[in-house]
Amino acid sequence: MRDTEYQQAEGRRHFLKCMAWAGAGTVWMMHGGVLKAQPLTPGGAASAADASFAFVQISDSHIGFKKAPNMDVAGTLRQSLSMINAQKVRPDFVLHTGDLTHLSRPDEFDTLSGIMQDERMGKVFYVPGEHDVIGDNGAEFFRRFGEKQQAGGWYSFDHRGVHFVGLINVLNLKAGGLGSLGADQLAWLKKDLASLSPDTPLVVFAHMPLWSLYPDWGWGTDDGNEAVSYLRRFGSVSVLNGHIHQIQQKVEGSVTFYTARSTAYPQPAPGTAPAPGPMKDVAPNELHRYLGIRDVRHVQGSHALAVTEEVMA
Amino acid sequence: MNVMPWMLVVIATLVLSTAVTSPVLAANGTPAPAAKPAKPTEVDIREFAFAPKALTIAAGTRVVWTNHDEEPHVVVSAGNQFTPSKALDTGDSYTLTFDHPGTYTYYCAIHPMMVGTIIVK
Repeated sequence: MRDTEYQQAEGRRHFLKCMAWAGAGTVWMMHGGVLKAQPLTPGGAASAADASFAFVQISDSHIGFKKAPNMDVAGTLRQSLSMINAQKVRPDFVLHTGDLTHLSRPDEFDTLSGIMQDERMGKVFYVPGEHDVIGDNGAEFFRRFGEKQQAGGWYSFDHRGVHFVGLINVLNLKAGGLGSLGADQLAWLKKDLASLSPDTPLVVFAHMPLWSLYPDWGWGTDDGNEAVSYLRRFGSVSVLNGHIHQIQQKVEGSVTFYTARSTAYPQPAPGTAPAPGPMKDVAPNELHRYLGIRDVRHVQGSHALAVTEEVMA
Repeated sequence: MNVMPWMLVVIATLVLSTAVTSPVLAANGTPAPAAKPAKPTEVDIREFAFAPKALTIAAGTRVVWTNHDEEPHVVVSAGNQFTPSKALDTGDSYTLTFDHPGTYTYYCAIHPMMVGTIIVK
């Protein structure tokens, strides 16, 4: 009997620990045109005061995944979103950088939509991951979550002096290749950026890393360099990606690349395992260290974005 | 391709249903004869790779791919030579019968670095 009570208490503690690691994402704060990232915490971001605006990046929610190390990816997503709602300064919008679902199933998309609605997310900008376009080239994804600006699904918008571009690099992938943007999208991107002054801060987001992060595991984009070459004339460029379920950063001149954590499960660091995939052996009470939310704030004046990362505490 | 409505109904039993209802198609897309007693040739999908990566078989051989990864994979012909599989979750299989000689290169459209070849003699 005692044992049973003990096990029940342990079970609940285990559950609470699981809920504690739920809530992965990043608050991005714009400080004078420089993105500053800060992990999303239940208490809200501390350094929000001098930011001109903030948005949150979440990624890789993989609704439908139900295996070790996370049997409740819907729960961890909800926890992430509740942290967004707890921010002292309300983020202007949310970016979801893809892999909303695990298998592109309609019921998985339904679940994702329902959670976003329940948590009153307001405006969310999405780009698809390769898990969202299985079998139908993304038709269902674009019907539900697309911005419907361009036939190919890519889009751009301006927000308080910052130009945002959402790119699609998970379609028409070739055997043996990496992520792909394609000629049509590159031509559009070039044109989209042509009229912008070089001091316009840019935020470019796509699911797969735009740079060759680890091609052996497919972590890169075949024609990503071409896209990046269009970005180099700008003074402040932030490229935000998902896909690899961990934070990696790289700076190339004025272009800074970031990959986000997943709200669902971590993947191993490049080359540290035989293959990518969920890190099954992460204990629930350790998983929060691997999940994250990204918060971006913009501060007018210095035209730079400041990025800070927050691990789920 | 639209996701079939039946998928909503059978998700709980998808592993089973995929194995059972995956169309057994000839390489030219026509249904294979219903009873095919010959033992199929297995291709394992494990750690983001097809094993064996290259496979040589006699015409009329059935090939069964089974996904052993935690990640979903798909089997797609690089030259659109056969019907692609649906998303194969852990434990799911896809079966095809290759009736016509030729070289069939295929890959996982989700993880395109995964490439395999089937040579039918």
